[in-house]
Amino acid sequence: MIKDKTVTIKGLNRKQAPKIKDAVEFNLSLKPYEKLVLDNGIEVYTVSGGAEEVMQLEWVFFAGNSYEKANGIAAATNHLIKNGTSGKTAFEISEHFDFYGSYLNRHCYNETAVISLHTLTRHLSELLPVVSELITDPVFPEHELDIFKQNMRQKLEVNLKKCDFVANRLIDEYLYGADHPYGKYSTLQTYEVLNREQLVDFHKQFYLHGKLVIFVAGILPADLYQQLNAHFGKLPVQQTTASLVHPIHAAAEKKYRISNDPAGVQGAIRIARPFVTRKHPDFAPMQVLNTLFGGFFGSRLMSNIREDKGYTYGIHSYFQNHIAESAIMISTEAGKDVCEETVKEVYHEMELLRREPVSEEELLLVKNYLIGTILGDLDGPFHIIGRWKNVVLNELPQDYFYSSVDAIKNVTPAHLQELANKYLQPDSFYELIVV
Amino acid sequence: MIQFERFTLANGLTVIVHRDVSTPMVVLDILYDVGARDEDPERTGFAHLFEHLMFGGSINIPDYDEPLQVAGGENNAYTTNDLTNYYCQLPLENIETAFWLESDRMLSLAFSEKSLDVQRKVVCEEFKEHYLNKPYGDAWQLIREMAYTSHPYRWMTIGKELKHIEEAKLSDVKDFFFKHYRPSNAIMAVAGNVEVEEVRKLAEKWFGDIDPGERYVRSIQPEPLQTEARKKTVKRNVPLDALYKCWHMPSRLEHGYYVADLITDILGGSTSSRLYQALVKEKKLFSNIECYHFGTVDRGLLAIEGKLVKGVDIHEAERAIDAILADLKEKKIDEKELQKVKNKTESLMAFEDMTLMNRANSLAYYEFLGDASLMNTELARYQEVSADDILAESRRLFDDKNSNTLYYMAE
Repeated sequence: MIKDKTVTIKGLNRKQAPKIKDAVEFNLSLKPYEKLVLDNGIEVYTVSGGAEEVMQLEWVFFAGNSYEKANGIAAATNHLIKNGTSGKTAFEISEHFDFYGSYLNRHCYNETAVISLHTLTRHLSELLPVVSELITDPVFPEHELDIFKQNMRQKLEVNLKKCDFVANRLIDEYLYGADHPYGKYSTLQTYEVLNREQLVDFHKQFYLHGKLVIFVAGILPADLYQQLNAHFGKLPVQQTTASLVHPIHAAAEKKYRISNDPAGVQGAIRIARPFVTRKHPDFAPMQVLNTLFGGFFGSRLMSNIREDKGYTYGIHSYFQNHIAESAIMISTEAGKDVCEETVKEVYHEMELLRREPVSEEELLLVKNYLIGTILGDLDGPFHIIGRWKNVVLNELPQDYFYSSVDAIKNVTPAHLQELANKYLQPDSFYELIVV
Repeated sequence: MIQFERFTLANGLTVIVHRDVSTPMVVLDILYDVGARDEDPERTGFAHLFEHLMFGGSINIPDYDEPLQVAGGENNAYTTNDLTNYYCQLPLENIETAFWLESDRMLSLAFSEKSLDVQRKVVCEEFKEHYLNKPYGDAWQLIREMAYTSHPYRWMTIGKELKHIEEAKLSDVKDFFFKHYRPSNAIMAVAGNVEVEEVRKLAEKWFGDIDPGERYVRSIQPEPLQTEARKKTVKRNVPLDALYKCWHMPSRLEHGYYVADLITDILGGSTSSRLYQALVKEKKLFSNIECYHFGTVDRGLLAIEGKLVKGVDIHEAERAIDAILADLKEKKIDEKELQKVKNKTESLMAFEDMTLMNRANSLAYYEFLGDASLMNTELARYQEVSADDILAESRRLFDDKNSNTLYYMAE
């Protein structure tokens, strides 16, 4: 067996790691965007480049669920915007985008609602007129809404059997309250009462006369500006959005144990507390603390709870990606009989971070990993525009990328310990297990 | 056109080099020609469990992840029925760290009891999370057992049952390693701003002296031709009835594979596809319906899967699917519809090739299939599919005798 052989072959010392350049010594640069402004004031952010003749376009409307008067309206409007115009049926629209091999998707978030298009660059001019038609002239046919409501109800019934789905809803409700856009969720009743008039009104106010920003990346055609201006430069959009006031009604009780499926073999664990947004000076150094705590495969939580104890397939901590408020979330699915033990270990790892400064060695590892990840993530125009979109939509300073990279490179063990004492206190966390 | 160069070391390790000067990163991808199909039927789930153990330390390096992370890298791996693939990405300056780590675990693992003990538990939790604790989670296990009587695609990569994983012994782990994880059974793809000579030097330095071992020769009997329709009904604690149907389809390199792949796009996969339009939108029998296949090397399965609208009789729903398939078997599809699914395929391939990681991955995969340059001829193989091919393949595929049906009923 090889195990008994000498391990040093021809003077090659395999126990000795090759020399490396620390990733923190790399200079990261984020390719700048180019900004176009259409006749009606719509801002278009573009990043060109890439090896393939493809592009991605996103129409971002401030039409997320923060703007709706009743649950489900924003998501239904967004979903059904491609299901019929006065000149085309839902099928004809789908067929058109499919014929050109393109992907037209919609996504509804808390603040924004997005229409996105991925296409080979050479087909763009065939597709833009139809995107424009969807934005200006959707009719939200009654029968399409009926099918949507029925299918969403059925999908919800299946999801409610899953402990992770139930846990995700409840933890948000504890953090923000059931009336807050970040805390509310749909029920079977939501789909009963949804009606066409609500969608028509919502579209009119927040799409047709709302605020729109466009992001484009990839190999861009030379006449991109003319094409966009011809199709979107006359929309009667606004430059500002309605201000949002949504008070938080966080739960008073902190600890919950919920039984969802008596036959379940795993529990979904969520441990969360309110947190600052990207604009706060603690955010960037906290990214380092979070990575070390539960943000990557080598994190403290993963090493202890998966790699040492085998309680779970994976455990992660992360910051929620909202604009107005955020939260620190620890999330895992663990064996039913080790859930309580897992929760205990999470608090134990928080305590270690509060009590002892992290070693310079571990901190360098995490910094190198983070910087290496950012370097790898700048692969191609789609990733680069994603970073700029984050800056634009969160209204962050233009040098945000560089200032957060600097903050990551320069954070010290003492600073991390201070942050751990500020943010990783068990008393401020909500704690939930759904089995 | 993806450019690459290829060389083979004396111990049989094949190396593919893809140069991309635009990126600061380098990807190292190692594909081992071993998957769940190489497992003993009494010890299933082993190839995948083994993949986890590959991160539990090698003979000279106690931890794989940590030095890679220090070098600014990240990594992952996956196991399928056919193969196991490991890949990492790190800054080009630190490329040698990847060679050092990957060569040491090809040389030999540490074979630690502790690592085996922990990863057995981790994989059991993975099994529970994806297949036991999810509604409809056991459907594919049931279908595989119905559709394959002898071929090892009969079980899922995660394994047939928890017991097989719980009972894995360290001696099994060692045997598996020295049987399958040898240089001659591996393909390495290196992608980034690298010269082939530089890669050759590093490969010789770190991998050149690894014992070639014995070349593993696979001997899997093909699944016997199915001669009559198979059906099974189960009742489970789920909110909706679901219908699963599948048919045996051609193997990965046959012309028929490309035809079958396009057929899945004609039937499902988008909101303009035939099944979705007719059965979700017009007849309202299903709340969702999909058509897909598994892309396996040996003869695979093409599947249609849907959840029924409450109150719809499952046999009525099945007849409606049959009517759509009958139409595909009788009438040649028009050129526009054929062009549509080809366009979709072309654009999907272009988007996939955008990232360095995917390109490295694909090169290793096509070399595993026989020749990395297949990556560049793949699109042409789709383009040459005709409406007549679709008609003929539909008739072969959707023969009732070739069908397997699972009625997954709400209690």
